[in-house]
Amino acid sequence: MAQMTMIQAITDALRTELKNDENVLVFGEDVGQNGGVFRATEGLQEEFGEERVFDTPLAESGIIGTAVGLSTQGFRPVPEIQFFGFVYEAMDAVSGQAARMRYRSGGRWHAPMTIRSPFGGGVHTPELHADSLEGLMAQQPGLKVVIPSNPYDAKGLLISSIRDNDPVIFLEHMKLYRSFREEVPEEEFTVDLGKAKVKREGKDITFIAYGAMVHSALKAAEELEKENIDAEVIDLRTVSPIDIETIIESVKKTNRAVVIQEAQKQAGIAASVVSEIQERAILHLEAPVLRVAAPDTVYPFSQAEEVWLPNYEDIVEKAKQSINF
Amino acid sequence: MSFKSPLEGIDEQFEMIQILNEDGEIVNEDAVPDLSDDDLVELMRRMVYTRVLDQRSIALNRQGRLGFYAPTAGQEASQLGTHFALEKEDFLLPAYRDVPQLIWHGLPLYQAFLFSRGHYHGNQMPEDVNALSPQIIIGAQITQAAGVALGLKRRGKKNVAITYTGDGGASQGDFYEGMNFAGAYQAPAIFVVQNNQFAISVPVEKQSAAKTIAQKAAAVGVPGYLVDGMDVLAVYQVTKEARERAINGEGPTLIETMTYRYGPHTMAGDDPTRYRTEDMDDQWEKRDPLVRFRKYLESKDLWSEEKENEVIEAAKEEIKAAIKKADSQDKQKVTDLISLMHEELPYNLQEQMEEYKEKESK
Repeated sequence: MAQMTMIQAITDALRTELKNDENVLVFGEDVGQNGGVFRATEGLQEEFGEERVFDTPLAESGIIGTAVGLSTQGFRPVPEIQFFGFVYEAMDAVSGQAARMRYRSGGRWHAPMTIRSPFGGGVHTPELHADSLEGLMAQQPGLKVVIPSNPYDAKGLLISSIRDNDPVIFLEHMKLYRSFREEVPEEEFTVDLGKAKVKREGKDITFIAYGAMVHSALKAAEELEKENIDAEVIDLRTVSPIDIETIIESVKKTNRAVVIQEAQKQAGIAASVVSEIQERAILHLEAPVLRVAAPDTVYPFSQAEEVWLPNYEDIVEKAKQSINF
Repeated sequence: MSFKSPLEGIDEQFEMIQILNEDGEIVNEDAVPDLSDDDLVELMRRMVYTRVLDQRSIALNRQGRLGFYAPTAGQEASQLGTHFALEKEDFLLPAYRDVPQLIWHGLPLYQAFLFSRGHYHGNQMPEDVNALSPQIIIGAQITQAAGVALGLKRRGKKNVAITYTGDGGASQGDFYEGMNFAGAYQAPAIFVVQNNQFAISVPVEKQSAAKTIAQKAAAVGVPGYLVDGMDVLAVYQVTKEARERAINGEGPTLIETMTYRYGPHTMAGDDPTRYRTEDMDDQWEKRDPLVRFRKYLESKDLWSEEKENEVIEAAKEEIKAAIKKADSQDKQKVTDLISLMHEELPYNLQEQMEEYKEKESK
């Protein structure tokens, strides 16, 4: 075991898979000699060579299109989009092409690629760096969307994503890259895609969160404990497909739920979690399922992040609303 | 002072390459490709066959026995001349009009018809056919071709990726990005732009101020060639040379074939009389690739009316049989479509699979 930050766990997962499978290729803008703008690919080109870890021209559509082409030659591409706000440049390559490869070819071809990309607020980035756009991806049949909240999950989920034979969008929250360390096994291990994790057991209300909001939900749960409210916190880990079983089991126990996301209310994936709960467990609910989300404006100018981004206080408030319904 | 424009003299660098003129005479003796008599006859056979296929496809579409169809008449030299320069192991990334290349690369005819109708089996390339199905998103095939070519290079294969788009497609960002990537990686790719003068109703002059599309290759540092796309020998030879350079590690090539489609853009209601003059049609009909190649082969005693009729009859028979085979294909079920989505179905599709299995069993 070693103490790792999330970024170190990601590098470790990439190293593990580069070692395990010679078809794994890591590429993107500045991922080679520079080791990535966040050092996620630090040392990998030196260790595995330019044929395996390489820089690309500055063109997101070209990067993902190239990955689609490489997959026809038996490679397992792990391209990077420098910030997920830039995915618009590559929307066709991702959603119009990679996601549909297996289906459109009737299974003759498939695209075993993992698109890594940082996102998320709280670190005062310039425009279109921090936007939460997982909702766009979650709406595209053929894609899986994974968002880890801690170093252990990041390593296990990334290894699983790379080994998956269909395209996976792996979104890395920038605020979590170096915010804390935890024990991560040095050997290889996997965390199943599509499986949530109960981070805190509780009996009064269920918090369903992902990404940085998992930590806000845990903090909110601590606050609520002081008032004798016992919250269960679920980390979705994969936001498409979502782990219905874990969610419904918890809601049936607590009879209340709040779905928490950093994205705007009209975006993200909270609305689909709410729908699933009302379709499957409405008779178990003591109150409507509420959402914590950002206002439906464009992502804030960096100085306005503090007042705009959802935080633990918003969660505490919604939880009380639910309890007092 | 004023600097000399870099555009000065650029057009002369992209003069149209021609080997066979409209009368079927060799005008560029040095460039005549090294093709056997059998090869020449086979090329003609394929062009005639494809012309018949186009005529029958239009008729079948009108009868409602085919769906989406993008006419190909006029482009036989461009489509089949480029394809004839390839090897079986080369990888083909066609656009929606490039079904003939797929067929000659090994896609069974009935599957091409299923593609037209909208049946997934039409897209299931046989294992030995290195190709993707026709691309509808104009430009997407170009960036993908860069990736295929890079893959071939990394695997150490002596093969190329070839991809096609039209004159309108050369205005897309992906067109530039794909060529630029292939250039940066010196990947073995051949980018063919079939300039058939119109993108639906928009003439090529409205796409760009560039006088040729071939010169766009200069922006990414790769060689570009303008070829008479109605001259099958020129198209073949330029592609053959591009292939040689590519497999020798000298990188990609852009080839612009100057051609024309005699029919509408697609059979979905496009009416070319709204944007094309009869005069223009007449002019291009004089340049028909079949007419000039027929004259050339007849002058070498390699072709006759009798031979041509044999090809026409054989094509008609095969088309009839293929349509029949397409008719007998099982209808698609939702459970089929679900099963094609992932290697392992996620929970939502597992649930929906059960739902539709029950529906389908009723």
